[in-house]
Formats: sequence, structure tokens, C-alpha cells
Amino acid sequence: MDIIVCMKWVPDTSEADLVIDKEGKDIKKDDLDHDMNDWDRFAIEEAVQLKEKLGGKVTVVGVAPEDAEEMLRECLARGADEAFLLWDDAFEGSDGFAVARILVSFIKARPWDLVLTGTLADDDCGGQMGGMLGAMLGVPSATLVSAISVEDGKITFNRELEGGLYEHMEMDLPAVLSVATGLNEPRFVSIRAVRKVASVEIPTLGLGELGLDESLVGVQGSRVQIEQLTMPPEGEGAEMIGGKPEEAAAKLAEILKEKGGIG
Amino acid sequence: MTMFEPASVPIAGIPAPVLSFIILVTAVCFFAYVMYRRIDLLRKALPDPRFYELGKRALLAVKYGFGQWRQPRYLGAGILHILLFAGFMILSLRSLTLIGRGFSPEFHLPLLTGAVGFGYDVLKDYVVLMVLIVCVVCIVRRAVFKPARYDHPGGGGHGSEAYIILGLVSALMVTDMIFDGSALKLNGAEGHAGLLPAATLASAFMPESGSPSLPYLHVGGYWVHILVFFGLLNYLPVSKHFHVITAIPNVFFANLDKGTIKPVRHGVKDWMELEECGIGRFEQFTWKHVLDFYSCADCGRCSDNCPAATVGRALSPRMISIKARDYAYTHHPVLWSPPNNGDVQFTGDVITEDEIWACTTCGACEEECPILIQYIDKIVDMRRYLVDQGAVPQSLQKPLQQIKKKGNAYGGNKAKRAAWTKDLEGIEVRQLAEGDAADYLFFVDSCGSFDPRIQEITKALARILHRGSVDFGILGNDETDSGNEIRRLGEEGLFEQVAEKNIEAFRARKFREIVAFDPHAFNAIRNDYPEKFPIVHASQLIAKLLRSGKLHLSGEHVKNRLVTYHDPCYLGRHNGIYEDPRFVLNQIPGIQMREMSRSYSRSFCCSGGGLLLWYENEQEKERMGEVRVRMAAEIGAQVIVTACPFCLINLEDAVKTTGNEGKMEVIDLVELIDRSLT
Repeated sequence: MDIIVCMKWVPDTSEADLVIDKEGKDIKKDDLDHDMNDWDRFAIEEAVQLKEKLGGKVTVVGVAPEDAEEMLRECLARGADEAFLLWDDAFEGSDGFAVARILVSFIKARPWDLVLTGTLADDDCGGQMGGMLGAMLGVPSATLVSAISVEDGKITFNRELEGGLYEHMEMDLPAVLSVATGLNEPRFVSIRAVRKVASVEIPTLGLGELGLDESLVGVQGSRVQIEQLTMPPEGEGAEMIGGKPEEAAAKLAEILKEKGGIG
Repeated sequence: MTMFEPASVPIAGIPAPVLSFIILVTAVCFFAYVMYRRIDLLRKALPDPRFYELGKRALLAVKYGFGQWRQPRYLGAGILHILLFAGFMILSLRSLTLIGRGFSPEFHLPLLTGAVGFGYDVLKDYVVLMVLIVCVVCIVRRAVFKPARYDHPGGGGHGSEAYIILGLVSALMVTDMIFDGSALKLNGAEGHAGLLPAATLASAFMPESGSPSLPYLHVGGYWVHILVFFGLLNYLPVSKHFHVITAIPNVFFANLDKGTIKPVRHGVKDWMELEECGIGRFEQFTWKHVLDFYSCADCGRCSDNCPAATVGRALSPRMISIKARDYAYTHHPVLWSPPNNGDVQFTGDVITEDEIWACTTCGACEEECPILIQYIDKIVDMRRYLVDQGAVPQSLQKPLQQIKKKGNAYGGNKAKRAAWTKDLEGIEVRQLAEGDAADYLFFVDSCGSFDPRIQEITKALARILHRGSVDFGILGNDETDSGNEIRRLGEEGLFEQVAEKNIEAFRARKFREIVAFDPHAFNAIRNDYPEKFPIVHASQLIAKLLRSGKLHLSGEHVKNRLVTYHDPCYLGRHNGIYEDPRFVLNQIPGIQMREMSRSYSRSFCCSGGGLLLWYENEQEKERMGEVRVRMAAEIGAQVIVTACPFCLINLEDAVKTTGNEGKMEVIDLVELIDRSLT
């Protein structure tokens, strides 16, 4: 089974002081470290595990500038067979729709049975890639997928719903699935594992190679324009819960229930 | 000398010397073949160059082998073992003599004739009685009092072998006594009775002189003795009592480099090029690893002291030796061919991942083993294999990736490594640029830079150094994680990267010594880094400042409170620094100190430092820190002083979870001195 995994290269904002840039439409990303989108880490792991079971080939692809080669190489170390970087200066400013279009032009040019990606990205949390890819490719798609298994050209899986419910589904292949986190335990990638794939070539494909027109990508090809980005207003201070441990725990549980933290 | 000496009495028509010859040749041949098989496995194992510093090694053999140095750490069992060992040494001459007596009634070892020979006979007779008594005590101890450390809670033990060996040794002694006791009667030599207590004791149970059964006892006692002796000899290499033969060589070839980890593969230039790295299959152990397995006597001292075993984690160090030895004996058998391995993976199935990750590398097992068996190297080698396979616990993956990306496990922004310096009032901490010089390079490490609690120690040390007029500086953003736990978790490639970065930063600056308050960083730089830089632990530098009168302390902070000191594993056991922190504490006027039951080299690990702070173990029933805090509570301590930031974090948590909040304070030595400055 041939699987294509779409990976996103996202800024790591966990310990950073975020600053909004001059235009007020994005954060300053120059000083930020970038990393593999955590959700996609589960997607590549799932793809490699399926390949180990069923055979076939895993191809990883990302729409990102050259720096993201690091992420794709890590995917090769995780067990992917080939990796492609899709980038052209014209891609700058693409929204989810334009990125989906770029990915689709890549996917359509090769044989495939399954496209996997993470349901969300850690940066803009659009959650739209899987659905758009499915629509553009004309195949079924689903989000928040776990417990995947493949038999006789059909793929079955669970979808995680609210309240701990699972929806069990079956689809014909080819299909596009956006995975949930935690559906597997991603393997560790050691320095040596990356070193082993250091010489594998990762080609970069641009407008020409993908057969795309400039008007279809970047800001021009996008349907969403960001008007303004602002920092959230500072919230109220933290509440310290005092008293005996049992009382404090009861109070904490109550607050969590009230605010929707637990069911 | 009687008329009925064994050498002169044919057995079933076979002349005794012929029978002796047959027994000797058969037994020695079989023994030699078993030993050949055992040595063959050592030869097939991977290399480990241990044939250097032979003088030092001879001293180890004298001290820990013949001197039984570590035995008295368990006083009762230790004394019993020392007596047995001494008995074995003395009676080995007797055994050789008796073998000779099967060939000639006159046989004596050279020098053991005349008065010396008689003197030896007297000595040996006392020793025979002593060994017999020790065997009986050992049997009763095991069978009736059942010391907990002989248990094998998870199964797989070989406890019954102890009874076999004690039974055989007892039989040796009793047959010797029958042989000599009957000789006393046959010779009518009761005059020597007072000098030969064992023989006399045996003879008391025998018929009067002239009885026709006496020759049977004499000759029969002899042959049973000989058969038991050769039976015992051949039993050693197929049982847990192989240590009788291998312990001295094992001690001789013991590890001489404390505090560090073996290279991935000895004799390989670039380990990165290896097909597989670490230990996944038994064949990847070194010969010294295998000799360790052969030598384990299953005494249980390692596991008895193992903090992981204490809190219910899957690890029991001795079971690694026992399971590996069982595996070795099954797959490299003395006779016939080995069974089909099937899908059994040594690392993963024989030794499980839960066991392998449970270890904190505290070194308590290695400190306790009477014959210097190593465990940490093996565990790290198995981790190296698992890391290579990508099988790392999820809880450890994120911090490891963070170090790869940002040089620290906290995910902290590289550019903020020195941000703590801004909180210091009135003290300017110099960030040494390349080419700069200072007397001391303060290596803060990731924990001291990013963990808000540990930053308090960082600032405290900066204040102490400032007060002591020490010229010091930090690496600032050029510092990277020390890598102590990275290496011990088996990610050698990442360790090499961080070590290289720090070494480059050290090289680019001039300093007399590095100072670190984290024993893990101290250990990595001191023992692991391929290039050596002079380094001291903060407790050593503070001791020096106190000795030279540059710091003055008040006893206010610990006034009227009982203080105990918790030895951090990487300061004490791995680097032998026990006295400097205690010296520093004792400089605090009026301080009341008391030691916990487990202190110095028997200190109890708090559950590990560095990346282990992130590790989540599912099997443990309680936290190691909680066990430790209870030990402090037992002696009524109100202040636990430690000299390691991770001990501080773990013990502070444990004080809360054991309900001791407000009753007990945990404080780092550096913080305590900072607060006690006048």
C-alpha cells in the first residue's frame, strides 16, 4: 500500500515571547525554532507501522522552505522511503486552501492508496487540510482517526468523539485520513538514525515541477485574508486553593467541572 | 598409619591406585571440558581491553578477593563467608593430600611433613570443625530465618543450589572427620585427641578399638570424601557457585574507571557505522559482562540496596545476572546442541524494557557487590540498543528531543540561558565571551538555568562566589546541557554532540577550574567528556573558601533543628565525595547533625536526576523520594540537606506527599550556606 503523509513545519511557540510583526497580520517567526507539527508525528508513525504490516511505500511531503528538510529527514529516519519538499517563493503567504492545492498537484502525479496527515496543526489550528485534500482529490476523508486497519481494499478506523465516544467507520480506498494524537506511540529518532539517512536526497519541487500557475498559490491563490492579529487580553490572576488536601481537591474538582475541564 | 590405608585396600578387586586414577582422570576431564565450554563462550563474546594496570588489578584481587573487603557490609553473612572462604583456602591443601593418599599411603605435599605437617593437621582439624559449624549455621539461617534478600519475588531463582552446595561441603567435612576419627581409634592414638577436635568428636561416635567396622569406616569415609570432592568440583561451573572459581579473576578484571560508561563498542573506530549498536542479543555482551554473569553468587545484596527494587519497579539487578547466566547456559550448553531460539529477543524478552528503564544508575548495586560486578554499563548498553530501535519511553522522548533542538530538556529558549543573572541584586555575573578568562568557570547546566526552583541554587552559588571574592564567569548562551543522563539513557550520539559543544566552549575560554553544583554535570564533565578539564563540585569550592577564612557563617537558619545530610549518588558513590559537604556543614556554628541509617556509600537514591525527572514509571508503588524522607523522619531530622538539585526537587515533593510539609525542610547545601552567610 502506498501512503503519502503530509507534514507541516510549525514554529515552536511553547517557551517563546511572541511578538506581532509590523503589519499586524502574523507573529515574528525569525527568532523562533521550528519543529514537526506534533499531530503529524503520529501520522508518519502510523504510515510506517502500516507499511511494516502491509508492505508498500511511504512518501512524506511538506509545503515549506528549505529549513524544513530537517523535518523530512527525521521522517526518513522514522522509516519513510522518500521525501519531497514543495517550495517556491510564490508559495509564500498561501492559506490552507492554496496549500491543499499544492499538495494535491503533488499527490495526483503519483500512485497512492492513502493520504495521512494530522487533524490539526500546532500553529494556526485550522483543521481544514484533510477535508480539503479529500474534496480536491474526490475521495472520502475523516478526521480525528485512530485504530486504523486495512483489509481487502477497505480501511476501518475509529473517530474520537466528545465524551469519550468512538465512531467506528469503514471506507473504500483511496482515502484521506487526518489522525488523532495518541493513536500510536511514535518511535524515538536518535542522532544515529538521522545520520543513517543523511545521504538520501530530498528533492524540492516548485511551481514548474508541480504544474501550477502563480495565480493558484500564495496570497493570490488564497481565499482567506488575515485582517489583524492581536494578543489575547491578560486574564485575571490565578486562584490559590487553600485548606486541607481533601477539601482543596474537592474544590479543584468542582472548579474543573464547572469550567468544562472534565466531563 | 594403619594397616587399612585406602591406597592399600582394593575396592571390588580393583587396586586402589587404579581406582584413584580412574576417578581423578574422569573428574578432571569432565571439569576441564565444562571449563572449556565456559571459556569458549568468553572467547566468543565481544572484546573489552582489561589487561592494563596489572599492579592495580592485583591489589584489587588482594583486597576484594582474598581480603573479602566488602563482605562485612553485611556483618553476619559476611563473617560466615569469610570463615568459609578461609576454610576453603586452608583445606585446599588437605584435599590435594587426600587425593594423593589414594595412590600412596605415605603421600604428603612437599613441606607438609614432620612437625609442619603435624601442625597443619592440627590446624586443618580445627578448620574442619569450624567449616562444618558454619555450614550448619548457614543452612539453619536460610531454612529457618529466611533472610528476605534470598527471596526471588518474580521467580527464576536458584536458591535450592545453596542447600546442595552447603550439603556437599558438610559431607566433605563429615567424611574427613570419619576418616581421621577412625584412624585415631585404629592407631590407638587417642593421645592426640585434644589437638584434633574434629577427629576426636567423630571418634566418640565410633565403636571401640579393635572393632571390625573401624576399617570400613576409615576406607569408606575416604572414598566417599573423594567422590564428594570431585562431585563438588564439577558442580561449581554448572551452578551459582561458579563464583568459587571466577570471583578472584572477576575482581582482578574489575572496572577501574568509576563514574563513566563504557564506549559503545571496544575496538571500533566509528560506532555510528555499526550494523547494530548496544546490546540486543546475548552475543553483544563483552567477555567481562559474561564473566560477571558467571560470577554472581545470587547473594541478593545488589537488589537489597536497589532503590528501584525497593519501590516495586520491575528491576532487580541480580536477576539480570541470573537470567543472563541461565540464558548463556541454555544457549551455550556443556553437552548437546542449543535449543532453537525462536523469536526470543534477549533485550526485550529475557530482560524486559521495564527492567531496563527502571534503573536510575545510582550505583548502589555496584557499590555493594562483594565481587565488583557491574550493572550500569550493561543497562546502558541495552538502552543503546533500544534507543537505536526507537523504543524509548514516551515520557523521555520529549525532553531528549528538546535537548537536540534547544540544548536543554526544559524546552527553554536558548537565548534565555543566562536570564537568571538579572535577578541578582548588586552582583554582576560575567558571561565569558570567547577568549575571556576567569579563575572559575561556573557551569550552571540546564536545570540551573531553566528550572525556577533550581535557579535559586544557581543564584545562591553566585552570591557565595561573589562574597568569597572569587573571580568567576559563566558560558551564558554558549552553554549546552552537560549530557550526563543523555549518555546514561543510551543516546550516545546526542551525548557526543552536547559534549563536543561544551568542550568547544571550554577550549575558547581561559579558566583554572570549572565549578558545578549539580553532581550530574560534575560527573559528566569530570568522567565522561573525552577531553579532561579540571572541575570541582560546589561543596569542594565552598570548603576551600571556608578553610581560607573567606566566608563566615551563622547558625541561625538551622538553630534548634536536627540536620541530616543526604549523599547524592553522583557526588558520593560515583565520585567519592563524602567528606567535603559534611565539612562545610560542620562549619555552621551550633549545627546538630545526625546520619540516616543509609548514608555515605549506602545512600538511597531519590529517583534520579537530569532527564529522569521526566520519566514516569508505572510499576512503582511509592516514590523513592518518599522512602528517603521516611528514613530522615525515622531519625527525627527536621532539615534534609543535599548537594544535588534533583535530590532537592524529588525530596521536596516527597516531603509534601508524605505529609511532612511544615515539619521538615529540604535545602541544598549551597542554599544553606548562602542563607547562613554573615
